[in-house]
Amino acid sequence: MLSLVELILVGLVLTNLVLLGTSRIGLCIRMVAFQGVGLALLPLLGHGEFTPTALFISGATALLKGWIFPLLLFRSLESAHVRAEVEPYVGYSNSLLFGVAALAISVWLGSRMPLPGSGVPQLLTPVAFFTILVGLFGIVTRRKAVSQVVNYLVLENGIFAFGAVALHKAQFLVEMGILLDVFVAVFVMGIAIFRINREFDHIDADRLALLKE
Amino acid sequence: MPAFLTIHWDALGRILAGLVLCPLLFGVINRVKAKFAGRQGQPLLQTYFDLARLLRKGAVYSSTTSWVFPLGPMLGLGCTLAALTLAPLGGQPGLFSFEGDLFLFAGLMSLGRFATAAAALDTGSSFEGMGASREMQFAVPAELAQILGFVALAQATGAYSLAEMLARLDLARWQIFGPVLALTATALFLVLLAETCRIPVDDPNTHLELTMIHEVMVLDHSGPDFAFILYGQGVKIWTLGAILTGVLIPARGDALSAAALGAAGIFGLALIIGIAESSMARLKLLLVPRLLVGATALSCLALILLLR
Amino acid sequence: MPVRLTILAPAAAGAAAFVIPDNRVRRRLMVVTAIAHLVFTLMAFRAPARQMFDGALQLDDPGRLFLLITSVLFAAAAFYTAGYLKREAKGQRQDMVEGRIFSNSPEARFTGCLLLFLAAMSFVCLAQNLGLLWVGVEATTLASAPLVYFHRHHRSLEATWKYLLLCSVGIALALFGTYMLALSGGGEVSLGLPALMAAGPTLNPVLLKAAFVFLLVGYGTKMGLAPMHTWLPDVYSESPSVVALLSTCLLNVSFLAILRVRQVLCAAGQADFGNTLLVFLGLTSMGWAAVFLLRQTDYKRLLAYSSVEHMGILAFGAGIGGAGMFGSLMHLLVHGVVKGAMFLLAGNILAAYMTKNVSGVRGLLRALPFSGPLWVAGLLALTGMPPFGAFVSELTILRAALSEQRYVLAGIFLLLLAMAFIGITTAGMRMAQGQPGANAPEAGKREPWSATLPPLALLLAALLLGLYYPVPLSDVMTTAARITGGF
Repeated sequence: MLSLVELILVGLVLTNLVLLGTSRIGLCIRMVAFQGVGLALLPLLGHGEFTPTALFISGATALLKGWIFPLLLFRSLESAHVRAEVEPYVGYSNSLLFGVAALAISVWLGSRMPLPGSGVPQLLTPVAFFTILVGLFGIVTRRKAVSQVVNYLVLENGIFAFGAVALHKAQFLVEMGILLDVFVAVFVMGIAIFRINREFDHIDADRLALLKE
Repeated sequence: MPAFLTIHWDALGRILAGLVLCPLLFGVINRVKAKFAGRQGQPLLQTYFDLARLLRKGAVYSSTTSWVFPLGPMLGLGCTLAALTLAPLGGQPGLFSFEGDLFLFAGLMSLGRFATAAAALDTGSSFEGMGASREMQFAVPAELAQILGFVALAQATGAYSLAEMLARLDLARWQIFGPVLALTATALFLVLLAETCRIPVDDPNTHLELTMIHEVMVLDHSGPDFAFILYGQGVKIWTLGAILTGVLIPARGDALSAAALGAAGIFGLALIIGIAESSMARLKLLLVPRLLVGATALSCLALILLLR
Repeated sequence: MPVRLTILAPAAAGAAAFVIPDNRVRRRLMVVTAIAHLVFTLMAFRAPARQMFDGALQLDDPGRLFLLITSVLFAAAAFYTAGYLKREAKGQRQDMVEGRIFSNSPEARFTGCLLLFLAAMSFVCLAQNLGLLWVGVEATTLASAPLVYFHRHHRSLEATWKYLLLCSVGIALALFGTYMLALSGGGEVSLGLPALMAAGPTLNPVLLKAAFVFLLVGYGTKMGLAPMHTWLPDVYSESPSVVALLSTCLLNVSFLAILRVRQVLCAAGQADFGNTLLVFLGLTSMGWAAVFLLRQTDYKRLLAYSSVEHMGILAFGAGIGGAGMFGSLMHLLVHGVVKGAMFLLAGNILAAYMTKNVSGVRGLLRALPFSGPLWVAGLLALTGMPPFGAFVSELTILRAALSEQRYVLAGIFLLLLAMAFIGITTAGMRMAQGQPGANAPEAGKREPWSATLPPLALLLAALLLGLYYPVPLSDVMTTAARITGGF
């Protein structure tokens, strides 16, 4: 029987697949919010005791990843008048195929890297790697600033999942992970305030990608 | 008879039941859709009447076609029937079973598809060629999803023949491998929709050639040939449905009641297909590969969960 | 106490700069803080190392060295900035590249972020805990992003976005690496450097290696190692010269972060694994930069790619190990001061010629009687000509490679240095020679002292480092090389 932690990890993989395959930015934001809420449970489930630190991390994560960031992202999506399409450089089917390949690679990597200590599900490393790979892939292949932020959140979720489950003895490190969220806040502000719709062609189409060789 | 092959003579009754009942599935699906649309709907046995009518007629062959064209429906039906003899119903084995027959099963499915597509290409019509190309394009991820799903089942049960695999899938195994089996079943359901050309992959009732996939391939077939195709379609739903319900319904009692439960499950599946067809529209053509690659990913995930 | 003040003073001054309304007071505050920081650093340089906060912060010898170069560069930058901000036009004006209207972001924000950036970098130099080190590196990224977006036009916005996105991905991967490092000790060893090094041989080797890879990629992104360097040319060419200068400190500080992780790797007896990766990344960066240095048309990007090349040299020297580590630290100092001088000079040239194109600048030697000759001297220093310090440091690294009998690597190293030399001097000398064109400033116009003295001082330091190392400095460098080199 899979434990609750493992179920959350499986959910993480499924939402990642949806993220790769969907064309709606709104759905992407919702999926990441789901991930955030699921991840928020991890610090509590990891070792079965409700310490104040674990409660704090869990609450902060749920609040930030599950509520505030999605809210802000939806706001900036409206305020920047972005079309709700993802507009990827790599097609959705190919993205999904990448997902399958990434899953295989992650499993291979995970099998090369057994985690010491008991109570850590073997699924953790592959899922963390997979989520990180999906996030990186999304940042590279999605054109819009909003999607890039969403995928940065995915990357961060993968790292957070790894830390929250594997490092339940060192809560300080997991708390550091929350600092990473500051970047997301900065990005969201960047989109909302400076109206960066796309990475390069945020002004005119003919002024694309000025900074290159 | 080779030693590895097991023949279950008692499966003949189950196969016969499948052969007789499968046209009824169309009736159930159509009745559900009619109820949703608030119509009376055609008779439940309409497909039987259609088949009888088609068989009585003669076939028209275009002068541009070759021997490949009439071979298509026959080979297609033959493959599907052969697959039916392998498929267990309600966890009770099919007529034949041996280690690794799941690959033969998948192979028969694709050979049947190849025959239909080859016959479609043989007409030289651009519409049929288009349909064949779409069908083959969707087949690639669908087949992958199917085989990976089977392998996941094999891994979960430790058996490598369809009969043994499904026989071992009881309630206890669902408790251990619940999420894995659910993922596999989802993938197999999506494959079933694609293989049997149902909404959201394909619309069997459409009359607009540009949006048709399977139907456009068989436009030129008439009379008994078309009857073969129609009947083959029914057998296909029955076969794939038998395997899917074998996974989904883990009750394993004595042979007769299990088979009855399996058959009831297939009709339940027809009900679900009918509901799905009434409640959603066909996917955009571009989205179909995405759906099927998603099914592949699900199978893959199930396999990975088992292999870890 | 002076050690603590290297963080606290700029942090307090930075916070104050946000609220001080008067520009002149704020500029003076910045210069005073810079001088104070330099004084504190020099005081701490001689003082014995003392643990603070249970050993979480401590100024050891590598930290001393990196703090010194940061402080020196910031002092030069502060002087230059005070004059630069005075000369910057107020209000809206035309962009010289595209003719669009833009304005500067508020000066208070710029100055405040500069000072906070210094505080964050000092923090990284002092951090003895790899977790805190990560926090410090993250803080440098956050503090420096508004600096890049000083000229509010869309090119600098693009550069800022790239910078933030790439560096925060790097930071995220570094956090993942940090988690793995913590896990390699079973999740119970603290991330303090002494504890980790003491536990060295007991660490899980597979996880440790994986951690190093992630940390190297993560911090390597901030250090500008190819192929993660792509933000660097954009940021350097679109931000004010002062920011480019400070980015050099940032690259150094990220190098320190990598060296800290390497210390753990050495203590665990896995030094060879890390060295191979460092040599590989070093040569990749040098090669990548050399290709882009040839036929480069923008002189600020030229300097940026030269930074990538020099970061490659640092990584290569560290990877060779032994005397190469020492050479790497020497090179760190020299490159810091020379590149600082060059960026300030590039800023002067930009202000005089109003173009960033190499082809648009002719006759520097005649048009700018101070900056012109300094530019030529800087070119020679940058490409490792004697008698400047870079010659000595590059020679040390080369000799280390040869004495380790790694002839092929040494050969590639020399070849890439030669390519970079050709690229930099071709473009740089073309700018220096010839007759000043129509866009040149009229001859005899005096350049302001605040614009010429800092580069002059930095170049003199580079010259000095080629001839003579003061005893305290060479002592610290020897120890630092021993600590970071793991022998």
